[in-house]
Amino acid sequence: MNPRRLQLGFIVAAAGMLCALVLPLSSEAVATLSARPILVALTLAAALLFAAAAWTGGSRAIALGVLGVLCGAATTLVLLRDPGIGGSAAAGFWAMVLAVWLGAGLCVVELASQRPRGDGARRALNLAVPLLFGAVVFYLWEVLVRGFGVPPVLMPSPSAAAIRFASSLPILGQDFVQTFVRGVLIGYVIGCGAGLLVAIVAQRFSFLGRGLLPLGNFFSALPLVGVAPIMVMWFGFDWPSKAAVVALVTFFPMLVNALAGLSASGHMERDLMRSYGADHRQTLMKLDLPAALPFIFNALKINATLALIGAIVAEFFGTPTQGIGFRISTEAGRMAIDMVWAEIALAAIAGMAFYGLVALAERATTFWHPSYRT
Amino acid sequence: MTSSALALPGAGTLRRRPLVERYAPIVTIVLALIAIWYIAAALMNLSLVRGGFEREEAPYTVSELIAGTMTAERPLLPAPHQVIAAFVDSVFGYAPTAPRSLVYHSIVTLSATLLGFALGALLGTGLALMIVHSRALEKSLLPWIICSQMVPILALAPIFIVVLGAVGLQGLLPKSIISAYLCFFPITIGMVKGFTAPDPMQLDLMRTWSATPRQVLAKLRWPAAVPYLFASLKVAITISLIGAIVAELPTGAEAGIGARLLAGSYYGQTIQIWAALLASAILASGLIGLVDLTERGVARQMGARP
Repeated sequence: MNPRRLQLGFIVAAAGMLCALVLPLSSEAVATLSARPILVALTLAAALLFAAAAWTGGSRAIALGVLGVLCGAATTLVLLRDPGIGGSAAAGFWAMVLAVWLGAGLCVVELASQRPRGDGARRALNLAVPLLFGAVVFYLWEVLVRGFGVPPVLMPSPSAAAIRFASSLPILGQDFVQTFVRGVLIGYVIGCGAGLLVAIVAQRFSFLGRGLLPLGNFFSALPLVGVAPIMVMWFGFDWPSKAAVVALVTFFPMLVNALAGLSASGHMERDLMRSYGADHRQTLMKLDLPAALPFIFNALKINATLALIGAIVAEFFGTPTQGIGFRISTEAGRMAIDMVWAEIALAAIAGMAFYGLVALAERATTFWHPSYRT
Repeated sequence: MTSSALALPGAGTLRRRPLVERYAPIVTIVLALIAIWYIAAALMNLSLVRGGFEREEAPYTVSELIAGTMTAERPLLPAPHQVIAAFVDSVFGYAPTAPRSLVYHSIVTLSATLLGFALGALLGTGLALMIVHSRALEKSLLPWIICSQMVPILALAPIFIVVLGAVGLQGLLPKSIISAYLCFFPITIGMVKGFTAPDPMQLDLMRTWSATPRQVLAKLRWPAAVPYLFASLKVAITISLIGAIVAELPTGAEAGIGARLLAGSYYGQTIQIWAALLASAILASGLIGLVDLTERGVARQMGARP
């Protein structure tokens, strides 16, 4: 980023923090900032740190800027605990929030443009940038919801959802096992495995392949989650019906992608295998399957998201009294929206871990693909 | 497999008739699937029909039993001809605006799908452009875009529609927003892959010509991304349809294919569920066909040889 612009940005952020000392904090009559010595010290520290970041520039500015952001964010969060400010915050408070936002944004941009030498440092950076970005988003959500006093029925603050998450771990654990371990994972393995096997068979017999590819395309385009009521009718309320929906939903994307991938190897490579006298099995293991890996991983990634949706939708049509989808619909009916968000966080964490594992496996096995070589 | 292959003319005649060569495998497999469906319907409905006969204590023969499985009113698995009869009846039997007509429900779902698809395609391409051009966004936003797909937004649909209703948005838009949320993701991922598809060599060549980022985008990245764009559009339009249908499920919508599915599930009308599924299948294949036609047109414009 342009160092001039970085400097200017940090100066504006420092000025924003100083504005908070002058402007009113709330539309109601509350003690001003100057009546709270610790918060004044924190605000001044944040302003000084931003100014120092503008002064030094470069990579040292990131550390100073992050410290300033922490001071500013802590001040606003402490201020929100005052009932006179939460729900009726005014210009001074929002100036501070904007300054924190600006400072954090500059830190993210500057951090992302760093090019560290070491492998470990690069990996740490790749983790730190999205984490900082996410922390800023959550901070803004918290501050906006509490500053404007959004009713918790519409949108709870992330801290309320986090408290609910921590206090109902046993229920969340049950729901996780019911929906994710039983429904999603079993269905995913069955669906993807069957899709890959059928694709391998179809590649062997080209007549079957030519018939299955258009049909597979057709079926993978269908809104197959619609069969959820039928599966619930056939397999009952418990996890087998969810696993069946997930298996059906994941089967066709895998079939289509694997079929496309298995024919991705070039004529030259196939001729080379023939000149080595490789039989069908050897060609499959050494050429076709490795060449198909990017396609297969594409399907695995698509399926990771489809599977979770399939399982949760199937739970709308009937469940035993546990499971993520069941809990979301009942708690939403009772207007316990913080519990709904805790369940959503659970599903998000489980799904991210799942996707992350698939992506790691992809990196380890398809490092040769052009999109990873840059 | 072998028996059906024998019924076809030999390979030599096939080669001379490309239409036969192309469609023979598809037709064979479709016929096999229909046969399997009939057998499965007979087997699955058998105990149901037998139970019915035994309750009436009427004597029955095997042929009556099998005929019964094909005409049951609320079968576990309806036979294909029952589904098609119900489908034809609900498409042509009523005026297109009647609430019992599948055409009416399909149009409701289709409009939400198309609006959501348009929103999602714009959002997805825009995000991909931003990600490709800004290292900060690539590092900070891309992981969160992937995470966003792990949030089961469908579960949020009821709350979502309440909130949007409070703001004054009703009807089509909430469903479309759910579709757009679901379908922007494959487009973003596909387009990021497409925009980064050019080899480092090609990018270096552009640099030696001192091309500006905008020129690199217009002359190298866009053309390289077009195949990826259409591949992801095909995925996205089906996901958009799924989004529209599923958004109708938990919200208690009165019209739309999702509402039809839900009503069928409540009242045990299996044939109605299957007819609605058939309608959604036809809708999905029509939409994909449309994207496919556009792709061919664009490819011809760009100088691809058939």
